Amino acid sequence: MTNKMVNESILWTNALTKQVNTGEQQLTILQNIDMQVDAGEAVAVIGASGSGKSTLLGLLAGLDVPTSGKVHLDGVDIFTLDEDERAALRSRVLGFVFQSFQLLPALSALENVMLPLELSGVSNAEIAAEKLLDRVGLSHRLHHYPKQLSGGEQQRVAIARAFATEPKMLLADEPTGNLDSATGIQIIELMFELNREHGTTLVLVTHDEALSQRCARQIRLADGKLVQ
Amino acid sequence: MNFFKLSFLMLRRDWRAGELNVLVLALVIAVSSMTTVGFFADRVEMALSHESNQLLGADLLVISNHPLDEQYAEQAKRLRLSTSTVTKFPSMISNGDANQLAEVKAVTDGYPLRGKLYLAGTRASPEYRVANGIPEPGTIWVDEKLMHRFELRRGDLLDVGAIQLKVTELVMREPDHSVGFMNMGPRVLINAEDLSAAGLIQQGSRIRYDLLIAGETKQVDLFRDWAETQLTTAERIEGVRDARPEIKAALERAEKFLSLAALASVVLAAAAIALAVRRFSLRHLDGCAIMRSLGASQTGLFQMYLLYFTTLGIIASMLGCLLGFGAQEVLAIWLSDLTETALPWPSWIPAIHGLLVGMVLLLGFALPPISNLRSVPALRVLRRDIGLPNTHSLAGYLLGLAALSSLFIWKAEDLKLGIYIVTGFITAIVVFGVLGWLLVKMLSRLRHQAGGAWRYGLANIGRRTMSSIVQTVSLGLGLMALLVLTLIQDDLIEDWQTRLPDDAPNHFLVSIQPDQLQPLEDFFSQYEMASPTVYPMVRGRLTEINGKQVNPDDYADDSHAERHIRRDFNLSWTNQISSDNQITQGSWWDEGVPEEPALSFEEGLAATLGVKLGDRLTFDVAGSPVTAKITSLRQVDWDSFRVNFFVVGSPGFLEQYPVSYVTSLHVPPAEITMMHELVRAFPNILVVDVAVVINQVQQMIAQVSRAIEFVFLFTLLAGFVVLYAAIASTQDERIYEAAIFRTLGARREQLTRAWAAEFVILGGLAGLFASAGATAMGYAIGRYVLHLGYTFNPWIWLIGILAGVIGVFLVGMMGTRSTLTTPPLLTLRKLG
Ligand SMILES: Nc1ncnc2c1ncn2[C@@H]1O[C@H](COP(=O)(O)OP(=O)(O)O)[C@@H](O)[C@H]1O
Ligand SMILES: [Mg+2]
Repeated sequence: MTNKMVNESILWTNALTKQVNTGEQQLTILQNIDMQVDAGEAVAVIGASGSGKSTLLGLLAGLDVPTSGKVHLDGVDIFTLDEDERAALRSRVLGFVFQSFQLLPALSALENVMLPLELSGVSNAEIAAEKLLDRVGLSHRLHHYPKQLSGGEQQRVAIARAFATEPKMLLADEPTGNLDSATGIQIIELMFELNREHGTTLVLVTHDEALSQRCARQIRLADGKLVQ
Repeated sequence: MNFFKLSFLMLRRDWRAGELNVLVLALVIAVSSMTTVGFFADRVEMALSHESNQLLGADLLVISNHPLDEQYAEQAKRLRLSTSTVTKFPSMISNGDANQLAEVKAVTDGYPLRGKLYLAGTRASPEYRVANGIPEPGTIWVDEKLMHRFELRRGDLLDVGAIQLKVTELVMREPDHSVGFMNMGPRVLINAEDLSAAGLIQQGSRIRYDLLIAGETKQVDLFRDWAETQLTTAERIEGVRDARPEIKAALERAEKFLSLAALASVVLAAAAIALAVRRFSLRHLDGCAIMRSLGASQTGLFQMYLLYFTTLGIIASMLGCLLGFGAQEVLAIWLSDLTETALPWPSWIPAIHGLLVGMVLLLGFALPPISNLRSVPALRVLRRDIGLPNTHSLAGYLLGLAALSSLFIWKAEDLKLGIYIVTGFITAIVVFGVLGWLLVKMLSRLRHQAGGAWRYGLANIGRRTMSSIVQTVSLGLGLMALLVLTLIQDDLIEDWQTRLPDDAPNHFLVSIQPDQLQPLEDFFSQYEMASPTVYPMVRGRLTEINGKQVNPDDYADDSHAERHIRRDFNLSWTNQISSDNQITQGSWWDEGVPEEPALSFEEGLAATLGVKLGDRLTFDVAGSPVTAKITSLRQVDWDSFRVNFFVVGSPGFLEQYPVSYVTSLHVPPAEITMMHELVRAFPNILVVDVAVVINQVQQMIAQVSRAIEFVFLFTLLAGFVVLYAAIASTQDERIYEAAIFRTLGARREQLTRAWAAEFVILGGLAGLFASAGATAMGYAIGRYVLHLGYTFNPWIWLIGILAGVIGVFLVGMMGTRSTLTTPPLLTLRKLG
């Protein structure tokens, strides 16, 4: 890995390792992961269920701390920051789409999209959120609550929310995992469209080979290790 | 599948994982505060009635004017009661040439069964000492009056009837029913064995035979029940409660105060349990769905949870009983300086009650949600957001409320108090619920106007409408119980104490003749004392009810009623109802004198005699029949120690009969010689000294108020458990919220602010409800149950709202701190 490459990367990791104590024994979920993602690139992380994809994604976003190793995101060594500083970095740089949508049940669709905007102190959050929901085809569902929306609609809200803060990078963890295949295809199309429009870097976690082929590059995980 | 084993495995796992902490804590507190009060009240009541019985010298007396049939003593022995006898009669006592009429009491071994006989000290040790036994045959113990009259010394000889007895002791104080009557003649005590030798008992002499009975309360009650069926017309039974309505009234009020205090913690525990069970069932949804999808039957699941909760209830209730037993012992030791006698050992009944309370509370609130759990659709294993059974429907709480209500009515031991509290709380729940719903709806509208943290706080409250309402209602109820207990109960006790001020009447003057009114007034002015108000009184025997002859034998199965019928009634009249009387039915003759003679009856006596509003009663007053109609029933606060009458007439129809007057007044201990003067100047006036009784009532008030402070600790503890349970009930949602907020880049502070806003709003609402409820409740309890005045206390509102806001805020923030430190990924993994 040359310095040049490192400098152009929006994200790179160094010997990233995650171990957990499961009572009797220590379990190594991720072992010495070195990877890097350039700005504007679309990368798929592919691997069987249980291979450590979600754990990796969580570490990349600083949602959990590694046992050892480093993650550099947007030029910052994120584990030298404290929780709040990492949160601030996330709100500036990252957007998320999850398999199980992870919308807040207390908030309407509109408010869910407004949430990251308000958290980062944007003033015209409501207008921006409405525009995005319109973009994902939900202008008629602004004041519905997650409970009142179908799975596909919930994931559209989540996508709108992910793009609300104009993130440099989008992290998606099996975004179609909870959807039927037709809806899944629509969601993927939408995501890639928005990704192009916004020029966002994409890290897509999936176990679906076909889906991974839509990305320019694939990173393979097996048993917590990178497979070249 | 073996549900039996599964249920225990689950219970053990949940218990160890701390899942049951709130439930167990709430139950233990409810049961232990209930049992503490139960055990303690049991002991105090026993001690008090023992103390009161010292006035009688026994727990019960069988009194007759002829030697009593042996069967009474035999039955008492059979019931393992101790007995002794007293034979009383007037007799001339001579010392040389001097003679004096005295009251002779011939006693047998064991006398007195209750209380102590105090004798004068000797020159070597001048203190009073407690008599060790009774006079030996051949000896006589005299009182101060006789000693002064004859200038006696130990060893002097007195002629009593045909024999000569040697003076050996000077009696300073004796337990006797007639103690308090200041103008008694001299009294002497002899051994019953000397009776026949002295030849004192002759046909026709005025003799009273008393059989003294004492023992365990239950046995004494058994004896009383039996004896009442045996009594002939010349015999009667007397216990201290018959003789002293003041003590009875004070004791009952004290018990009400205490059970009120304990019930407050039960209400709190109920709220905590309701909240905890809700969380429990939410957490067990998935497990149930999985078991259902694996083929578990609904009945099977229900039985498993029933077993689970029964086991849990028994364990927690037993812990509560143990704690309660320990706590009441601590309380008893703490209060030991207030009682003269050591408290007797309590019965086991409060422990059984405690177990029952625990089971009823737990099952009442847990059964509906767990019977919901069994109907979780198995499909939930595929989609988590479906098939959430209605875990907080109003119907789900109905069983719990019904259980709680029956507990109240049962434990209040007073239907009226129980019903007041239950309706009070149910009204509060309904009103709080409806208001809460309206406010939550209104507030969540407001959130579009609010910014930042307030928006999310309001959004949370609005989305969880039902659980927000459940939270505010239970927090409101909890705080209300605490407020009622502290502020209002304090006010009420203070009020009670001020009714028995240091200058409460401690002497009664009875049978003052009309021509003595002026001289009496002069007498008092001579001592620079204001003349007390006198009340007129004529005596009359009840002869007819609604024109039907009254026959005492018709009341043979109710000795209490029979006694009233046989005796003369004291009939008074007045235009003005006294402040310690309250009309409960009918109306008082405020406006002038009614045309038809009217009577106002004390409600207890009316019930005993079976007379009601509108009945016409005829009394034989000095030989002439006097008829009047009952136009009102009154409740009388006997423990005010003022002159009160069971029957009061309207002015105008009793005046023409031979009247005497009654009054009560306070005589400071230092001025007691004045009363001796009064007795000398007006020998016919009966002076009764009730200072001993007042002292007992004051002691009781002191004990009760301190006991309540102690019981309040439990209530406070229960209050914290409710608070914790309320916060914990939404903990899971909050953990999830925190994970999402932080994934989206929220700083801790942003999240904390949103929650703080939510807690402040919830706490404020709860505080508002609690203050309103406590004010209403305090007023109602004071006015209708305890008959004490209640003064509006504006501080309640400030304290209530502040306590709500601060309490919920602090506990809420402490309770949610841990959710901020869990890495978001862990949470999303668990829930995703
Ligand atoms: N906190 C944890 N404790 C124990 N095991 C964990 C934890 N996090 C992940 N694992 C285990 O690590 C492995 C990888 O998990 P995950 O990253 O979710 O895989 P994937 O997303 O590829 O399916 C799994 O076997 C999982 O059970
Ligand atoms: Mg995964």
